[in-house]
Amino acid sequence: MHGTRILDEADRLMTVCNSCRYCEGLCAVFPAMEMRRAFSDGDLNYLANLCHSCGACYVDCQFSPPHEFNVNVPKTLAVARAESYAAYAWPRAVSSAFARNGLVISITAALSMAAFILGFAALNDRSVLFGVHTGPGAFYKLMPHNAMAALFGAAFLYAILALVMSVRAFWRDIGTPIGGRADGGSIFQAIRDAGELRYLDGGGVGCYNEDDKPTDRRKLYHHLTFYGFLLCFAATSVATLYHYLLGREAPYPWWDLPVVLGTLGGIGLIVGPIGLLAAKMWRDPALLDEFSYGMDVGFIAMLFLTGVTGMLLLVLRETAAMGPLLALHLGAVFALFITMPYGKFVHGLYRFAALVRYAQERRTAA
Amino acid sequence: MSSKYDVLVIGGGNAALCAAISARRGGASVLVLEAAPKFYRGGNTRHTRNMRCAHDAATEILTGPYSEEEFWEDLLRVTGGQTDEVLARHMIRESKDILNWIVEHGVRWQPSLGGTLSLGRTNSFFLGGGRAMLNALYLTAERLGVAVEYDAEVTDLVIEDGMFLAARLKRPVKGETEIRATSLVAAAGGFEANIEWLKQYWGEAADNFLIRGTPYNRGSVLKILLDKGVQEVGDPTQCHAVAIDARAPKFDGGIITRHDSVVFGIVVNKHAQRFYDEGEDIWPKRYAIWGRLVAAQPDQIAYIIFDSTVVTSFMPTLFPPIAGQTIAELAGKLALDPVALEKTITEFNAAVRPGTFDHTILDDCVTEGITPPKTHWARKIETPPYLAYPVRPGITFTYLGTRVNKEARMLMKDGKPSANMFAAGEIMAGNVLGKGYAAGMGMTIGSVFGRIAGREAAKHARN
Repeated sequence: MHGTRILDEADRLMTVCNSCRYCEGLCAVFPAMEMRRAFSDGDLNYLANLCHSCGACYVDCQFSPPHEFNVNVPKTLAVARAESYAAYAWPRAVSSAFARNGLVISITAALSMAAFILGFAALNDRSVLFGVHTGPGAFYKLMPHNAMAALFGAAFLYAILALVMSVRAFWRDIGTPIGGRADGGSIFQAIRDAGELRYLDGGGVGCYNEDDKPTDRRKLYHHLTFYGFLLCFAATSVATLYHYLLGREAPYPWWDLPVVLGTLGGIGLIVGPIGLLAAKMWRDPALLDEFSYGMDVGFIAMLFLTGVTGMLLLVLRETAAMGPLLALHLGAVFALFITMPYGKFVHGLYRFAALVRYAQERRTAA
Repeated sequence: MSSKYDVLVIGGGNAALCAAISARRGGASVLVLEAAPKFYRGGNTRHTRNMRCAHDAATEILTGPYSEEEFWEDLLRVTGGQTDEVLARHMIRESKDILNWIVEHGVRWQPSLGGTLSLGRTNSFFLGGGRAMLNALYLTAERLGVAVEYDAEVTDLVIEDGMFLAARLKRPVKGETEIRATSLVAAAGGFEANIEWLKQYWGEAADNFLIRGTPYNRGSVLKILLDKGVQEVGDPTQCHAVAIDARAPKFDGGIITRHDSVVFGIVVNKHAQRFYDEGEDIWPKRYAIWGRLVAAQPDQIAYIIFDSTVVTSFMPTLFPPIAGQTIAELAGKLALDPVALEKTITEFNAAVRPGTFDHTILDDCVTEGITPPKTHWARKIETPPYLAYPVRPGITFTYLGTRVNKEARMLMKDGKPSANMFAAGEIMAGNVLGKGYAAGMGMTIGSVFGRIAGREAAKHARN
C-alpha cells in the first residue's frame, strides 16, 4: 500500500500492464515499468513524470473502461504526476499552493500586476506614467534599471532555489542513489528526447486527444510554447549583456537581436498557449485530469499573458500606453517567475529528470 | 440501411476488416456488421499481439528469415498433419505479402515484446497490440468509405441454392431489418463464448471454462451457415485452450490472465495429485496443451505449485501467487488435503535427480521413479514460502468451421462452391488448423483469407 489513493491505483495498473506489455513500443513508460516487478512510491512518481499523456495506451488498451479491469494509464498517471509536484515542492509549507493552483496563480498575477501599476503611479508623476518616451533608457524613466534588475534578479534566484530543491527531492526519490550523479551521455539523451518531445507522438502516429483518431497537434503547440519561452528568455539575456557589456540601453530597434528574439518568442507564446488551451478544452474527459485543470490553465494563461503584454509593449512602446503596458508586462513576468516552483512549470523539470533517469536505466540495462 | 451493398461483411475483427478493405479497394460498396458494441469490436483480434508470416530475410523487426518451407513444417508439426496442404501452402505463400499489405493499411510493427524472444524471428508484433492494429484497420476502412455498424447482430441469412441473398439483423435501438448484398463475407469467428454449444461436446465441464475473449463470440453466423447447407470442417470438440488463472473473469480476461510457470514447479489437481509431465516441452508449445489437460481434471481446476526460488523466473502475473510458509498452510489456502499435498511434494522432491537447470533448452534436470515423470527442469520444491497459482481452462477459439477453397469461397455440403459466399478468419481456421496451434497463426489466417475473400467478393459483385 502506498501513501495515497492514486499511487495505489497506479500500482494496480502497473501490475496489470506488466503482465501484458503490449504497449512497450509506444513510449518510455512501459519499458521502464518492465525493469521492475514491484513499485515503490518513487518508482510510480518516476513513471508518472515519464508519461507525456499522448493517450495512445488508452486507445490501444483492450482493458480500458468499460472493461472491468478499468485500465486508464494516462489519466491515472496525470493525477499522480500532479500530486507529485506538491509532494516534492520546496519549502514544504508552500506545497499547498498546488491545491487550487489556478486560484493561487490568478491572485498572484493580479496582485503582481496591480503592484507594478500602483508602484509606477506612486513613484512617477502622471505626466511621466502616461508620457511618450523614446530612445535608449525610455523604460527606465518609469523604473530605474537597477531596481528592475534587483527585483527580477531576486525573484529569479528564489525560483531557481525552490526549483532546484524540489527536483533534488524528486531525483533522490526516483531511485538514484543518494548523491548519485547523472552521466553526460544520459543528460544529452534526455535533452534530445525532451527537445523533440520524442514521447509525445503516440508511438509514431501522433497523439490522441478528443477521440480515437491520432490527429492531436499538442506537440506542435508545445514546441511553439516552449521554444517561444526560450526565445523570450534569450531576448532578455542578450539585452542584459547589451546593457552591462556594451552599455546599450533598451528599448532596441526592431531589427536588433533582443527584439527579434523577443518577437519570435512572443508569437510562440501567444499561438502555442492558445493551441494548448483549445486542446485541453476538447480533450476526451476520460483522459483529462480534471483536478489539475486550474493548474494547467493557470500556467498556460500566464505564458499567454506574458506573450501578449510583451508584444503589445513592443507595438505600442512609442505611445502613451507604454507606461501602463510596461507595468502590466513586468507584473506578468514577475508573477510567472515567483509562481514557477508552484505551478505547471515544474512539469518540464520533473519530466526532464525522469528522462535522464530513463536514459541511465537504458544504458545500465544495455 | 435499405440500400443494397455489393459486399456484406459479417464480423468485425482482423479477417473482417481485411476483407472489407480489400473489397472496397476492389471497387465494391461495403457494409461491415459487428455484433459487439464499439468498445468490444473485433472479437479475438483485440487480444492478439502478433502474426506469423513467411519472409526471406531479416527485417527491422524480425531477427532472421522464415522460409515458406519452414512455416509449412511448423504447421505440419503442430497440427500433426491435420491440415489441407493446398490451402495451407497457399496461405503461407500469401503471408509474405501480407507483411507489407497490412502496413499499407495503417498497421505498425514492432520487434517482439519483452518475454517473447523465442518469437522474434518468426512473428511480427503489432505496435500497441491487437486493439491498436484493429483501430488502424478501422480508421483505414472508414477513410476508404466502408460503412460500419456496431451492435448489429445477424440473426438469420437468406440463402437459396448456395446463393446468399440477404441477412436479417437485430439491433438494440434500431430494431430488426434485412440487408441485401451481392456477395457475403462471413468473418464472424467461432463459438468459444457460447457455453451451451460447448456443452454439446464437453458436458457440464464447460461451465468451469473461462473464455479469454469477449462474450460476443457466440458462433451464431457459423451455426446458421452450417444449418443452411455449408460444408463443415474441423473437429467440433477441438479448441485452443491454455491454462489461465482461476481468479480471472468469466469473459475477456485476455492475455494477462495466462500462466507460464508450469515448468518451474509441479501441477496438481484438486486431489493434490500430479497428472502430467510438467517438463515435456519448451515454450510456447507446452503453453498450448495445459488448457486441455486441466479441462480433463475433476472440476476443471488445477494448481501450479512452486517455491520462492523461482518467483522472478517468469513474467510478473496479474494475480499474485497464493503463499504459505509451509506446504500444509498453502494446502489450507487452496482447500487441498494437506497430507496429500505434502506426500506429493515429498515424493516429487525425492525423485529429483541432480542436473544443470536451464529453462531455455530441454535440460537434464529429471525425475526418476515417479509417475508421471517430470522430464526436464525438475528441481526440488523446498524453499518457503511455498506458492501456487490456481488455474482453469481458458478457451481461446474453436476449430469447427466452414469449408472453403483457395478463393476463400465456401463449399456447400454437396461439394459445390457457393456462388457468392466467402469466409475468412476463425470461422474457417479449421481448414488449415485441424488441431494444435502455433503463435500468431490465427492472425495469418485472418489477414490472408480476409484479403482474398474481400477481393473475390468484390470481383463477384462486379460481374
